[in-house]
Amino acid sequence: MSKNVTLTIDNQSVTVPAGVTIWGAARKLGINIPTLCHHFDVKPYSGCRVCVVEAVGARALVAACSYPVTDGLVVFTNSPKVREARRLVVELLLANHPHECLTCDRNQNCELQKLALDLGVKEIRFEKSKPTWVVDRTSPSLVRDPNKCVLCGRCVRFCADKQTCSVYTFANRGFSSIVTPAFGKGLGEVACTLCGQCSVICPVGAITVKDDTEKVMDAISDPEKIVIVQTAPSVRVALGELFGGAPGSIVTGKMVAGLKRAGFDRVLDTNFTADVTIMEEATEFLHRLGSGKDMPMITSCSPGWINFMEMFYPELVQHHSTCKSPQQIFGALAKTYYAEKEKIDPAKIVSVSIMPCTAKKFECTRPEMNASGYQDVDYVLTTRELGKLLKSCGVAFDQIKPENYDPIMGIGSGAGTIFGNTGGVMEAALRTAYEVVTKKTLPAIEFGAIRGLAGLREAEIDLEGTKIKVAIAHGLGNARKVMDTIKAGNPRGWHFIEVMACPGGCISGGGQPISSDINYRAKRMAGLYEDDRQLTLRKSHENPEVKALYDEYLKEPGGHLSHKLLHTTFHNPHMDLYTE
Amino acid sequence: MGSSSQSVQAVDLSQLDAVFAKYADMANGSLIPVLQAAQDTYGYLPLKALETIARKLQIPISQIYGVVTFYAQFRLVPRGKHVIRSCQGTACHVRNSARILESLKSTLGVAPGGTTEDLKFTLETVACIGACSLAPVMMIDTDAHGRLRPDRIPKILDSYSN
Repeated sequence: MSKNVTLTIDNQSVTVPAGVTIWGAARKLGINIPTLCHHFDVKPYSGCRVCVVEAVGARALVAACSYPVTDGLVVFTNSPKVREARRLVVELLLANHPHECLTCDRNQNCELQKLALDLGVKEIRFEKSKPTWVVDRTSPSLVRDPNKCVLCGRCVRFCADKQTCSVYTFANRGFSSIVTPAFGKGLGEVACTLCGQCSVICPVGAITVKDDTEKVMDAISDPEKIVIVQTAPSVRVALGELFGGAPGSIVTGKMVAGLKRAGFDRVLDTNFTADVTIMEEATEFLHRLGSGKDMPMITSCSPGWINFMEMFYPELVQHHSTCKSPQQIFGALAKTYYAEKEKIDPAKIVSVSIMPCTAKKFECTRPEMNASGYQDVDYVLTTRELGKLLKSCGVAFDQIKPENYDPIMGIGSGAGTIFGNTGGVMEAALRTAYEVVTKKTLPAIEFGAIRGLAGLREAEIDLEGTKIKVAIAHGLGNARKVMDTIKAGNPRGWHFIEVMACPGGCISGGGQPISSDINYRAKRMAGLYEDDRQLTLRKSHENPEVKALYDEYLKEPGGHLSHKLLHTTFHNPHMDLYTE
Repeated sequence: MGSSSQSVQAVDLSQLDAVFAKYADMANGSLIPVLQAAQDTYGYLPLKALETIARKLQIPISQIYGVVTFYAQFRLVPRGKHVIRSCQGTACHVRNSARILESLKSTLGVAPGGTTEDLKFTLETVACIGACSLAPVMMIDTDAHGRLRPDRIPKILDSYSN
């Protein structure tokens, strides 16, 4: 059925498969048709009219992002009529857009700003005609400023189609139109999982991450405080993009050096506690596999997913591993084990984590996350915030020499590093489970069958006679399919399931750099797998610091102290599916 | 920022059963008829009713809110038992409709668009009802009251007090 069609764009002939849009065909000719509401992660919408082109024979200008090509179609993308229409559209958008670019979170990374620049808009002939809205600061993770919203609907579509949460809607009409949660409520007052994907797909500064960098800098400048920082696996393959690097470039050493220059007292690795998570989770899984109780077991380190499960599937929480996420395990150990080892008063520790994730900001404030007797993790900064912090501290990322993590909780295995990819937690767990069950060395350490970006993946893994069926889902729409399957009695016979809230996993979390590269997920994913390959230590149970933790402190995975510090319970949080 | 100020009053959700039954055969596209029927039932669209409709039709509440705020026919706040439309058209204006509206406002204690606390009256203005020969005029529900004088307003309203 892949019929080809030939058309003419700007007097050049191009042949593309039928069904391709004018926008796609033009790309092939090296013609960049500007867009605003269009994004590769969501279906075309033709809402903003920035991409209008002349299609000969059509009654009016057509939207290139959604107009399918036909044989013999003649298109002009740069005629005077098109140029005038496009510029008018952008001018009208700018008329209602606050002129706060210099102080906006998205300054120099804003698609509207770029459009105005690219199209050469030099004056705005129109006056603001829309009402002024209240900025929504109710969410623990996100800030929503409807005044900056260009009504492109990307967040509406992503949240509904990919995440199946439909937090946002278009409300009202005409000049009063607004993208909002139901009943004009705040984001913190509705069933939002805090995945933060809306802040990544927003072309402008209408949805941004709650900025905690100043709080962290205040802690750093307080001589009484010892500021300990942990860095999540996926940050190391994305942070470089904020300094001009390619997606997936591994910048671990530079990041560590940068954090030290910024003034953090100890720079440690979440990969270490990812390994601890595996020790606990693999133990828990093998225990459940033996007893058959609460199977299948779901593993995840994704707090957006946890929120989703608690809100939409509270009756299935017993299927979830009780193991905390690596961030929270780190937090609990930092103010207990680490404080003891380093002879630091835990009251003086400020525990900061650098995460790809917006939901982590909420996770660290959950009341049950105080196993150390203090709030285990004090502040969470997203990758994007870290980029800003490092820049504000004068860290010259291109010049800085790589440094190593500090000892004790600073060594992570390759299994820990791949946590950032969808399927990574599963693969890491299988590397350890295989060797625990079979008492043999794993013949092939990479589990190719469970890698990739397909939304829902299944495989059967043979642990020398013990066959286990695993499933991996990423994106909450796929998570919903998994949960509905479990609800229907688990007809697929799954034993072990990994879920990540964000499509791609943490590498493309809500707090990660905003990329215009259509393959950015695959590139960051390749970066983490490369990071794993470069390490000699690739299995969690072989991590010497993890062994020391169990020998000296926890004694055994799943033991009494582990349960006190490293495990948690789930409940339906304050957010309800519907309003009260 | 939609109006979320709804009076706290009991809403009998079982009244929706008949609405759902009526449109049960519609596979898709029943949202607007259901909303219209629900509004006929309650006089407006109470939050609880919208939540019930969302669950029943399996449509996200946010999307229903989008539909309800898009169409002018839907109301999220209760209206009074009687709706008063005070005409502000040209003919009424020259016959001093402003004073009629003032009298309505002071008698009812609400501004145009508002509803009395006892949910008896909702006051609205209208551009013209086409009864200029009776100016100044107002409608209460389907009754036209013409050649009004400000001092007669309380008595007219009294006749609707049940």
